[in-house]
Formats: sequence, C-alpha cells, structure tokens
Amino acid sequence: MTWISLKLLRALVTMWLVLTFVFFVLRLSGDPTMVLLPDDVDQATRDFYRAKWGLDLPLWEQYTSYLRALLQGDFGVSFRNNLDAFQVVWERVPKTALLGLASIAVALLIGMPLGVLAAVYRNSWLDRIVMSIAVFGFSMPNFFLGILLILIFSLKLRVLPSSGSGTWQHLIMPAATLGTGFAAQIARYTRSSMIEVLSKAYMRTARSKGASLGQRVVRHALPNASVPVVTVLGIKIGEMLGWAVVTETVFAWPGIGRLLTSAVATRDLAVVQCIMIILAFTMVMANMLVDLIYGWLDPRVRVGRRAQA
Amino acid sequence: MTLALVGESGCGKSMTCLAIAGLLPKRGRVAGGALRIEGRDLCALSEKDARTLRRRSLSSVFQDATGGLNPVRSIGWQVAEAVRLRKGATRREAQAEAVRLLGRVGLPDPERRAREYPHQFSGGMNQRAMIALAIAGNPKLLIADEATTALDVTLQAQILDLIADLRESLGMGVIFVTHDLGLVAQNADRVAVMYAGRVVERADVADLFAAPRHPYTRGLLASLPERQRKNERLSTIPGTVPTIDALPPGCTFAPRCPRASERCAADVPEMALGYACHHPLTPAPAPVVRREREYS
Amino acid sequence: MTALLHAESLRKSYQVGRRSLFRKARRFNAVDGVSLTLERGETLGIVGESGCGKSTLSRLVLGLSPCDEGGVVFDGTPLPGQDTEAWRRLRRRVQLIYQDAAGALDPRQTIRTQIEEPLRIHGLPLERAQKAMADVGLVPAMGSRHPFELSGGQLQRVVIARALTLNPDLIVMDEPVSALDVSIQAQIVNLIQDLQRDRGLAYLFVTHDLSVLRHVSDRVAVMYLGEVVEEAPRDAFFDGALHPYARALLEAVPVPDPARRSRAAPRIGDPPNPAAPPPACRFHPRCPFATDVCRAERPALRDFGGRRAACHRVEELSQ
Repeated sequence: MTWISLKLLRALVTMWLVLTFVFFVLRLSGDPTMVLLPDDVDQATRDFYRAKWGLDLPLWEQYTSYLRALLQGDFGVSFRNNLDAFQVVWERVPKTALLGLASIAVALLIGMPLGVLAAVYRNSWLDRIVMSIAVFGFSMPNFFLGILLILIFSLKLRVLPSSGSGTWQHLIMPAATLGTGFAAQIARYTRSSMIEVLSKAYMRTARSKGASLGQRVVRHALPNASVPVVTVLGIKIGEMLGWAVVTETVFAWPGIGRLLTSAVATRDLAVVQCIMIILAFTMVMANMLVDLIYGWLDPRVRVGRRAQA
Repeated sequence: MTLALVGESGCGKSMTCLAIAGLLPKRGRVAGGALRIEGRDLCALSEKDARTLRRRSLSSVFQDATGGLNPVRSIGWQVAEAVRLRKGATRREAQAEAVRLLGRVGLPDPERRAREYPHQFSGGMNQRAMIALAIAGNPKLLIADEATTALDVTLQAQILDLIADLRESLGMGVIFVTHDLGLVAQNADRVAVMYAGRVVERADVADLFAAPRHPYTRGLLASLPERQRKNERLSTIPGTVPTIDALPPGCTFAPRCPRASERCAADVPEMALGYACHHPLTPAPAPVVRREREYS
Repeated sequence: MTALLHAESLRKSYQVGRRSLFRKARRFNAVDGVSLTLERGETLGIVGESGCGKSTLSRLVLGLSPCDEGGVVFDGTPLPGQDTEAWRRLRRRVQLIYQDAAGALDPRQTIRTQIEEPLRIHGLPLERAQKAMADVGLVPAMGSRHPFELSGGQLQRVVIARALTLNPDLIVMDEPVSALDVSIQAQIVNLIQDLQRDRGLAYLFVTHDLSVLRHVSDRVAVMYLGEVVEEAPRDAFFDGALHPYARALLEAVPVPDPARRSRAAPRIGDPPNPAAPPPACRFHPRCPFATDVCRAERPALRDFGGRRAACHRVEELSQ
C-alpha cells in the first residue's frame, strides 16, 4: 500500500504545481473584464464585475481563497454564463474520452501488429514498406491530415460528416486523425524493442523447444517487447491530449479541447483552471495505469514493488 | 556416450552445435555435408520434417542459463511449454510433468519453485531449470554448449554430475562443447578437437590425452598448467588463432605449427585415421593398463 | 624489513536494494575482517568463487575505494586518503590489471599513446614506454595500431606494458588470464612470471582458477563470503587443504587426465546469496562436517604451523 500512497502523494504535488502555474499565468496575461464585457461599459460596471469575481483582491489572496474553495470541491463559476465551472467541463468529458480511447485503440491495433511484423521480417520489403508508412504517418501534421480527410471523405466522396458528433460515423475521421501519428510512433517503438527481444537467448531456447514462429512471437517475444512500448504510451497520452485540442477544433468535436480554446480566449478563468485540473488528473491516472500494466507484464517489477512496500 | 567438442574461442564449435540443433542465425546456412540422427539425414529432409525430427530427438543447454530463460514467464510455465511442444500433453499434465522434471534435476521444493521467475533463481538453479527444460520429452541427444562455463567450480562439478546421471538414466547421447580440457578428461568418452572451423583430431579420450597425434592437440595439452611441473615455464603455442575471415591456405594450423612443411602451407590435410595432419606425431606405445582392459 | 603490503582487519560494506522513506537499507559486508601480508617479490594468490569479495578486496588494497574499518600499510606508511597528492604519488608504485583488457583501453587512441599516458601524467620520460613494450613482447610497429586491431592476448600485453611504465612495486592482477584461450593464457602466464623474476615485482593475483594459481603463486588465500577461510604456502595448500571449503574447491577442479577421473562431485549444495550470508561459520549450511558449534560460533582464523584456517574442526578433520 505504501507504493500506492507514495504515488498518490506525488500525483497531488504534480497537480498542485500545474494548477499554480496556470492560475498565475492566466491572471498575469490580461483582465477578463476587458474581454468579456463590451468595450463601451463604464469603469463602475467593470469594477463591479471585478469585485464580483474577486479580481480586485491582491493576487496572493485570490490564490489562497481559490485553493480553499477547491479543497471543499468548489471549482468556481464560469464568467460567461454563471454556471458551475465543473459542471460546464464535466459535460464535455465523455466526448473527449471517447475520442481519446478510440485514438489509442487505433494506435495500438494498427501500430503494434505492424511493428511486430516489421521486426520479425526485418530488412524485408515488408519492413521497408511499414517503416516508410510510419515515417509518413508521424511527419504529417495532425491538423493537415484532418483537413485532408475532410476534403476527401466529406467534400469529395460525401461519405462521412465533416464536423460535430453523435453517430459512429462522426467519430471515424477525428479518431483516425488523432490516432495515425501515434500508430506510426507505436509501430517504430514496437519494432525496435521487438528486434532487441528477438535476439535474446531465451528466444533461441523457445526455438530449440520446437515452438513455431507464431508461438515464439506471441508467447515469448511480445510480453517482453511490450514493456518499453507501454512506457512510451504512458508518456504519449499527455501529448495526445495536446493534439486532441487541435483535432477537436478541426472537426468541431464538442469536447474539452474546444472548450479549452474558447475559455482561454475569453479568459474564463475558472473553466480553464478546472480543465487543467482534469487534464493533470488524467495524466496522473494514465501513469498509474501504466505502472499497473508494468507489474502485470513483468514479474521483476512486481517483486520489487512488493519488497518496497 | 559423451562426445566432447573441444577448441578455443572462434574455432566454430558453437556454430557446429547450432547447425546440428537447427538454431543457426538467419544469415547462416549449412553449406554442405550430412547430419544423421538415428540414420536419417537431417540435411536431406524437408525443413518441416527436419524440425519434427529435431524436436523429438535432440535438445540443447547453453552457457547463459539466466538469459536463456524468459524473464516474464514462470519457470514451471517454461518447462511445461517444452513438455507440451515435445509430447503434446494437456496443460495440466504438462504442469505436473514440469514439476517432476524440476525435482529430477535437483531443485528443492519444485512445486513452489515452479511458480517462481528466473530472476528469483541463482545462476546454478537456472542452469538446473534449463536442463529440466532440455530433458522434457526424453531427447536422444543433449547438446551442452559451455553449459557450466559461467558457473563456479563447486557448482560446475554438481551440474556435470547431474548431466552424467541423466545421461545414464535416460540413455541419452551427450555432445559436450567446451574449451576446458579438464572437463573433457573428466566427462567425455570420445573427443573431437576443433581448430579454425575444422575438426583436426578425433579419438577416445584416453588415447587423446596419452598420445595426441595432431600437433595442435599436443600444444593445447602442453600449455595446461596442471600438466607442467611447478615453477617451470608453461609451454605455449606461438602466435594467435586466425580469425574466420582470414584463414591461411592449406592447413590452418601451419603458421603456428612446429612441424609444418611447405606442403602444409599448400594442401589442406584430409581427416584420416582420426587426425587431419600431414606430419602427425607418432603414437606412444599403448599403456599396458588399456590393453588389459581390452582383453577382459 | 617491513612487508611491502600489510592489510589489517579490512571491512567494506555495500548497500543492498534501495533505501526508502520507511525502511533502512540493508547492508552487507563484501569484505569482512580480512588481514593479509605481502612481501616484496612475492605472489599471493587469492582464490574464491563469485561474490566472495575478492575483487572488492583488491580495490581496498589499492586504495581505490576507502575501507569502512581496518587499514592498509604500504611499504611502512598507511595508505593516504583518496585524491590527495600522496595518493597520486602512490599510483606509481601500485598498479591494477584486470580481466577485461579491451575495456581498459580507449578504442580511439593508438597503443603507444595509451602506454605513454601514465608517463605523461607523472611527468616522466616517454622513452620508458619503448622498454615496457619490448619487455612484454610487443614489436614497436604495434604502437601505431588501435585496440580493435589486436587480439585478446596482445591487448592484455598492452595493459601489462602500461602498468610497467611506472616501475611499480606491486601489481594487483584481477583475473588477468581468465578471458583468454588456453594457448594464449600460457603465454601471458609466462610473461607475468618472467616480469616478476626480472623486476622483483610483487603480485596480488586474484582468480577463480586454481590451476593457474598453483602455477604462479607463492602463497594462497581462500576467500568465502567476504572472509579469508584459509591461508597457506602454495605446496602445503595443494597437498591438502585444512578448511572443508578449500578442500571442496580443490576436489571440484577438473583434472585434465582421463586416468584420474573422480566421479563424485563434492556435495555441498548451491552457494548462498552473498548479500545475506549465514550466521556463525558462513560455510556451515554447505559443510558436510558442521556441528552445533559451527552453527553457533564464528570460527577465528587460527595458526597451524605457518598456515592459517578458520574452522572449528581442523584438528579432528586432519586426522
């Protein structure tokens, strides 16, 4: 249990640091009343709203009172529509989660098998083709791929909707856009880690037992080769959240990413902060998940952890 | 019977073993020759038949036992897999057989140990596990490629005892690959000495140590500190072993050989009468003890 | 005259595993109370299996890592603290050679540059490098080559030449021939012995190979789990060891003579984890002669007429 509590403690510190950074940067980068209120309102109205949102207090006091409220589960209200900020953000979470999970699925289901094939048939034409596609895949900018897909499948062929959400057809293009780059990276990592594993002495042992190529790859090589891939995946989830903002904007996907862009533009402080907390939390959870998968994949980690606890 | 394949690093003894076991790396291939197991030529069989024959009749143990075991699979699982692949047993039967085999190779508390992983084992225990894995399915031939080289002497002696014991009780042949002439003397019935990719001498172990015919064999034996009087200089073989990509023409040992003539630099000596040399050493008269044994 | 090297009750411990917030790290003694003496021009062989602390001991003796307890006296003066001026001067007199010759050389520098390097560091005439190369049997042309162009035996010669340039009194050799093939091993062993005779060098020869040790050493010390369990003159030792572990070690060595086959290996079980040595006599769980006193009390290293052994039952067993 020590292991879990240590992890949680570290996670809390991380989240606090992220939050503090966002809090001060936002407040130092402009006055929300200038953006939210019409240009011609008088100074008295401005002051009224500033007092209402607590922006007239010294920065330090704003910070402490915000933290105090946060500890009681109060994320503040959205400046734009006076709704609870958490409520506003939470509504969008399922959409982004759906997009994210679909993209990870795309990345793994395409990237892992391709990487394995490329490694097993190393230096063959198959390997070269796979690796060329991979280079193409991750050197293609995300938004560009998105626009390209819209041009082809929505405007030209008219088979998929270009924006919005609701049906599974809506999901295809955003998930493909977000997943392709990661599939390419996963393929590369899988290939190199697989190549290393294939040269290990225990692979020869498996061969001398008389195991077929398929058995050797699936039972012996893959569990070992996935360990570094999982690590990479854990790191990439953060990157993926970043790209999700772009993808959601391109496809008008009503998720957290789009909310974040508009909230930053309008200086909707409470909403931005709430999104940041949720993103940081997601990252932390993803990392813990990665650690759990580690233990499941690699008995050496399991034992070490037990010894530490 | 135990055949020892002895030679220095880079002489091709390990490659020979890998070729026999069908474990050559992708780039390598058997360029020619025949390899018969129980009368069937492996090189003449189709790849599939050869694999089946190998799976049924031979298995190997290598030097690095800890690296030879998959770190993410339990010891029991790995031995059981060998049982399943070689005998086609059910999962449960294979598991029980694996525990029995682990006990057979001298692991204490095999039931519990089967659930553990290679990193929880010592080097000696891993080598025992590798041997259990190798004898799954009662192979006819066990190839032990420097199987005890990485182990401490006290442990090495115990593992060698185990292999000898298994050989007798299971009726296996053993090909024992090593660079250590002490191990050859202690364990082999017959010996093949390799130098730079070729077998240069073949003999019964007693004959080889008593009266080597090939100058290389004699040089090797003479350079052993044990066969030297204390405080005396060790006799050496001058020069170094040629690398496989720069072999001298003719007899590969000629540049280092005290008996070499012009003929040695030109003609590759054929293997005949148990040695491949143009100028073999004359055998010492056979020791009386041996003759008595032959008559009895 | 004082001994060249005298080490008294050396102890060195290492940490096992990671220290965490809630648990103190475990430590184990890699070297636990070892004393030894080496005279000028003498070879002391130290033999033991992996994890017995023989390599740690050689580092302590050289002053390459500080010991936790005990001390080393070299030529009448205690070893100076690390990286002091005196410590640097000491480097001229003690040298280390170990198994991995290729790893001890820089792949990008020529052989000559590397042999000359110690001379440059200590501001000595570079001509000495020529002599050292000749002494180890390297032709001058070899000097312009790079390590990858040389064979294992030649590399070990280069390392020995580099150690010789400073005219040391003591060379610590940690498995110097273990990685070499038999025919090459004999060449290097001869070289090591010739150099000793010509230059009056003292060697601390650390190895696991008893047959080499028998050939090169004057005295033998057997280590087991951080302790010296027996120390004896070479001939006395090989004629019959006192300690049961040393005996097992001698019995386990394969004799290269098919007429002298010993079928039964010493049945002493697997070695324990060196990080968690057994209490009392450290050999008792594997010892066929262990009694209650062996399980209760740690045996001291006692003197038996010119040789020492740490075993409760030496007297009974030697009958």
